[in-house]
Amino acid sequence: MSFLNSYIYYIGAFGLILIGLYIILVKHNLIKVIIGLGVLDTGVNLFLISVGYVNKGTAPIFSKPGIGSEHMVDAVPQALVLTAIVIGVAVLALALSLAIRLYQHYGTLNLRKVREQRW
Amino acid sequence: MRRAVAILLLIIVALGISISLEKIPFGTLKTKVGKYYINEGREETGAVNIVTAVVVNYRGFDTLGEVTVLFIAAIGLGAVLRAGVGEGTKKTESASLVLYTGCRLLFPLILVFGTYIFIHGHLTPGGGFQGGAIIASGFLLIYLGCRERRISRTASNLAESLGGMVFVLIGLLGLVFGSYFLLNFLPKGTANTLFSAGIIPIIYVAIGFKVGSELASIIDNLIEESQ
Repeated sequence: MSFLNSYIYYIGAFGLILIGLYIILVKHNLIKVIIGLGVLDTGVNLFLISVGYVNKGTAPIFSKPGIGSEHMVDAVPQALVLTAIVIGVAVLALALSLAIRLYQHYGTLNLRKVREQRW
Repeated sequence: MRRAVAILLLIIVALGISISLEKIPFGTLKTKVGKYYINEGREETGAVNIVTAVVVNYRGFDTLGEVTVLFIAAIGLGAVLRAGVGEGTKKTESASLVLYTGCRLLFPLILVFGTYIFIHGHLTPGGGFQGGAIIASGFLLIYLGCRERRISRTASNLAESLGGMVFVLIGLLGLVFGSYFLLNFLPKGTANTLFSAGIIPIIYVAIGFKVGSELASIIDNLIEESQ
């Protein structure tokens, strides 16, 4: 039980990453592949945040003068994830726009039927 | 066959991850640099929000690169969607009166909230990226609710370029007044007040304008494509 308590965030984060990878590898529909990319992105962000967590942690903000710094979580992963979320949104939008163009060009979103995309 | 190969690959990846994660304990402060930022960041930068101190001050150059990635993604989306296809002439049904009025009522409030989030980035949770995302969500509401209204493309481009230019110019001023790019050359002021932390609020306002206008132009391009 203590194992689960201490590793549940890592398990959840890498569960999301593996699910996203599986979707990207197996699905034929381009929209589903992009959804898999989003799930993978979320998993990586969750993993970075959970690496920086400290037990009984508080946000690293000295909002009142008396707050001590003993239980503050690591600020560096939070700073990385903060920008990664916004960039993730922009990259997903770019991928969706490419999917729109692909559909207009080939008339299908199925990657099996797009000749250059088959593997 | 393909599915079996994928599952085999996932099992190998999961094994590798679990072996390497065994050595990383959960719930302890792992890095010296994280401890240093928390202990010294308030005095060194003047910002009480340590995340903001890391994003804008300690790793300001990194943030400039990330803003550039966002910019390139927005440009790429515009280039991909703009190229080739003629103007769509499909008529869209206009929204009902309740939806229209509600969206127009909520829009300025969302803008004010987003502005509050990025102006107070060095004091409270939030900052330029989050405030920009909130402002873009306001534009999304307008696009969904009042379809015939459009943001002016010139104004959006102006806000975007102004934000980027202010960021780089303040970084270069650090070179003029001191020794390195993005030096915090302004006085730090007293902690926990709005005018404190030197260049951090100025840069975060610039990032807020830039991110907000970029995400709004992404929404604008995608919605124009769907009509």
